[in-house]
Amino acid sequence: MSTEPFVILSAILFTIGCIGVLTRRNALVVFMCVELMLNASNLLLITFSRANGNLEGQIAAFFVMVVAAAEVVVGLAIIMTIFRTRRSASVDDASLLKY
Amino acid sequence: MVAFWILAPIMVAAALGMLVVRKAVHAALLLAVVMMSLAVLYLALDAPFLFAVQIIVYTGAILMLFLFVVMLVGVDASDSVVETIRGHRFFTIVVGLAFGITLVLGIGQVSFGTAIGLDEANGEGNIPAIAKILFTRYVFAFEVTSALLITAALGAMVLAHRERLTPKPTQADLAAQRMRDYAEKGTHLGPLPPPGVFARHNSVDTPALLPDGTAAEASISRVLAARGTVKSVPEISEEIHELNEGGEES
Amino acid sequence: MVTLESLPHLPPVVGSVPTDGVFSLLWLVIALPALGAAILLIGGKRTDKWGHYLATAAVSASFVLSLVLFFGLLGRDGEERQVTQHLWDWFTAGSYQVKFDLLYDQLSALFLLLITGVGSLIHVYSIGYMEHDERRRRFFGYLNLFVASMLVLVLAADYVGVFLGWEGVGLASYLLIGFWQHKPTAAAAAKKAFVVNRVGDIGLSLGTALIFVTFGSTSFAVVSAASSQASDGALTGIGLLLLLAACGKSAQFPLQTWLLDAMEGPTPVSALIHAATMVTAGVYLIVRSNFIFSLTEDARTAVIIIGCITLLMGAVIGCAKDDIKKALAGSTMSQIGYMVLAAGLGPAGYAFAIFHLLTHGFFKANMFLGAGSVMHGMNDDVNMRHYGALQKAMPVTFATFGIGYLAILGVPPFAGFWSKDKIIETAFADNVLVGLCALVGAGVTAFYMTRLMLMTYAGTKRWEKGVHPHESPKVMTVPLIALAVLSALGGLLTLNGWISDWLNPVVGEHEEHHLAIPAIVMSLIILVVVAAGVAVAWFLVGKKPIPKVAPTEVSVFTKAARADLYGDAFNDAVVIKPGVAGIGALTTFDTTVVDGAAEGTATVFAAMSAQFRLLQNGFVRSYALALLAGATVVVLALLAVNFG
Repeated sequence: MSTEPFVILSAILFTIGCIGVLTRRNALVVFMCVELMLNASNLLLITFSRANGNLEGQIAAFFVMVVAAAEVVVGLAIIMTIFRTRRSASVDDASLLKY
Repeated sequence: MVAFWILAPIMVAAALGMLVVRKAVHAALLLAVVMMSLAVLYLALDAPFLFAVQIIVYTGAILMLFLFVVMLVGVDASDSVVETIRGHRFFTIVVGLAFGITLVLGIGQVSFGTAIGLDEANGEGNIPAIAKILFTRYVFAFEVTSALLITAALGAMVLAHRERLTPKPTQADLAAQRMRDYAEKGTHLGPLPPPGVFARHNSVDTPALLPDGTAAEASISRVLAARGTVKSVPEISEEIHELNEGGEES
Repeated sequence: MVTLESLPHLPPVVGSVPTDGVFSLLWLVIALPALGAAILLIGGKRTDKWGHYLATAAVSASFVLSLVLFFGLLGRDGEERQVTQHLWDWFTAGSYQVKFDLLYDQLSALFLLLITGVGSLIHVYSIGYMEHDERRRRFFGYLNLFVASMLVLVLAADYVGVFLGWEGVGLASYLLIGFWQHKPTAAAAAKKAFVVNRVGDIGLSLGTALIFVTFGSTSFAVVSAASSQASDGALTGIGLLLLLAACGKSAQFPLQTWLLDAMEGPTPVSALIHAATMVTAGVYLIVRSNFIFSLTEDARTAVIIIGCITLLMGAVIGCAKDDIKKALAGSTMSQIGYMVLAAGLGPAGYAFAIFHLLTHGFFKANMFLGAGSVMHGMNDDVNMRHYGALQKAMPVTFATFGIGYLAILGVPPFAGFWSKDKIIETAFADNVLVGLCALVGAGVTAFYMTRLMLMTYAGTKRWEKGVHPHESPKVMTVPLIALAVLSALGGLLTLNGWISDWLNPVVGEHEEHHLAIPAIVMSLIILVVVAAGVAVAWFLVGKKPIPKVAPTEVSVFTKAARADLYGDAFNDAVVIKPGVAGIGALTTFDTTVVDGAAEGTATVFAAMSAQFRLLQNGFVRSYALALLAGATVVVLALLAVNFG
């Protein structure tokens, strides 16, 4: 199995995740696109783990998953808190840092 | 490799779908599709442990967490797909495409050589091999991530905690409020009919019967009533009658 | 380059014999009036009671000292008559050394006597004239300051020292013209004199600079020794620049406009400064710089032309003035034109220029003090149309004024005859046209002086109400008598050609001029022309009654002469209006273009930043887009580096 297809697939998923972060307004969907980007990097790590013949990549992917879990917990708690006070989950509402 | 060529289009389509769907729930489900496909790909890449972890942790825990919060947050105006910032969509597509094409072209320049494969590394099995590295070389990182998880859990608790701004109503306050409601609006004073009381059927769409034969409105879900899927009393009595006949006959 | 063959006589080198004996007191001549000025001006009100006496005593003491030094010089041999006293080293700049030295030679000896002598007489006169002025002490302080500066001017042995004295007399002139500060006309006249003099000062400073550049030093000794080796261009340049300076100080064309306005000052000031001494500083400069002018034909021609123009100009202006002081000022302008003309004739004329300078100092100071005496008796009225028949009322004034009148006309045996005739003769010997100018000028001089005498002393009384003319007190008439005597006997200076021989070592040898006609015939012709001028004045002015108000229906020439031959109008149109317009344009340029550019840059930046800040729209997604774009650029850069 060659590595290029996996790497390219990872790149495509990552790009789609970036565009999603830029395009969607719902904070939750944005967060989901961030998770998509993380998953794309995980795929890349595991692909190269296999390409290099050691398990370092898999260990790294494992840690990414753990940290992603922690991040999701805290991030969703924040979104909920914001939603409680503002009654809106749109990222466009936080627009005071402007000229 | 077969798995790859089947799953890759599905994943890309699902990811693209995430960009365009209106409801957050649909986006979450499409993400689930992507994650599951990834898990299969991990398996194909000689990472069985991560295949399992991906399904259990990522799809099962993290994505469910997403769904819970979607349920709590609910439907929102932010689901509209109309772009509010002028020119933003155009530039996003342009820059995104530029980024993507740059990456792909750049990767195309690299020659990766043949993959060494994990047969030797996975000699004793993937999980023992991972365990060996994880608890020797990366044990410190492991301990730190455990601290991280604890911190995250605590942080979430702190963030989600709501301070009571008013004192908690006591039993006496609740009773007094119920009396007031009955006096002003005629609300039923007692508790809701428990399931089975006056109920002739334990289905959600079957109302409970009051002593005078009318349907108890409090026993029906407001939503179902609005949908019009609640059975009316005559229908119920027919069914009861059939059941009773069936029971008497047998 | 001037060679020995081209010039029969080289200009003399300024020698320097060190001071000994009585000459070591040379510095006192300057120090006494300077000290007087300091005491009076710094001492303030405390010196009011006796200040004028102290000032007069200081100048008189200087006069006595000048006489002693003069006799000391007479007692010496010809070669040893150029005494230098080194006072101190003034400043050094690299190889340029300037010493504050005093040079006492035959030329400065004559000037010292004139300045301190006439100065003392005018100081005595002022005691009486300024008796009722409450700022009299200050007046005397300024007079002493003037005398001290003028002495520095004529005693300096270096062009920089001359410049110091030059500026000093300019300052004193400004202070004295504007002495009656409460009169706006006086203040304006003082400013005008100072500003026009400043234009001349440009000539002196640039001339000094050019001298330094050409010769490496500005002391008379060095320059006179090396002048024959300088290039023609440098010498002509220096000559023209020094001529410009002389025009400013001596009120020659084109810087003549200030002299008539300077009559706003008190009459003793007009007598001392604007008749006898300061206005002659220009002539002194040219004669002292003979080692430059003798070697450059072009500069001398310019000097002659200026002299001719001015002597005719001053005479014409003087013909139409009803103000007695302004008429005399026009006369001064004209007579100095004669001196400048003589100085421009080269070694042949230098001595006669100085001779005329001395005689003019006598008779013009005499006439100015006489005018002051007349004004004193007529309640300070200067309008001659209000005079008339003062001969009987002020006999002493009339007599002394009359002697001065005869002197300026050039009637023998009075002083003016000897000095002016010599100039006209030398002018004819040089160029017939120049001689004719001088001759015509003599005729016009006769006309306007006779007109002045007739309007003032003869005819019928045209006095204003309440005016009772009386003779002036002795303190004023005694100096008048002294000056009249000098005007009468001044011609003795040329006895046996004494003055020419006396000044020879300073100004150089001159070849004897050969007139086509004998000298006595020349003198007769001049007398005929003068008589013609007197006759014309008698017919035009003496015969008819003089109107009390100046008639307005007059010829073009009279109108022009009344307007100072449009000197002020010319200055206004050519210098002042374009200057003001230029400054206005510069100011506008500064505010619009320069300030506009500075502010415009700020405005451009503000506009740019106003555009740029629209990028900060506050939306997270826009910022994320910028992030992604940046990330793309970074990836491209990495790819370029790795695969490029």
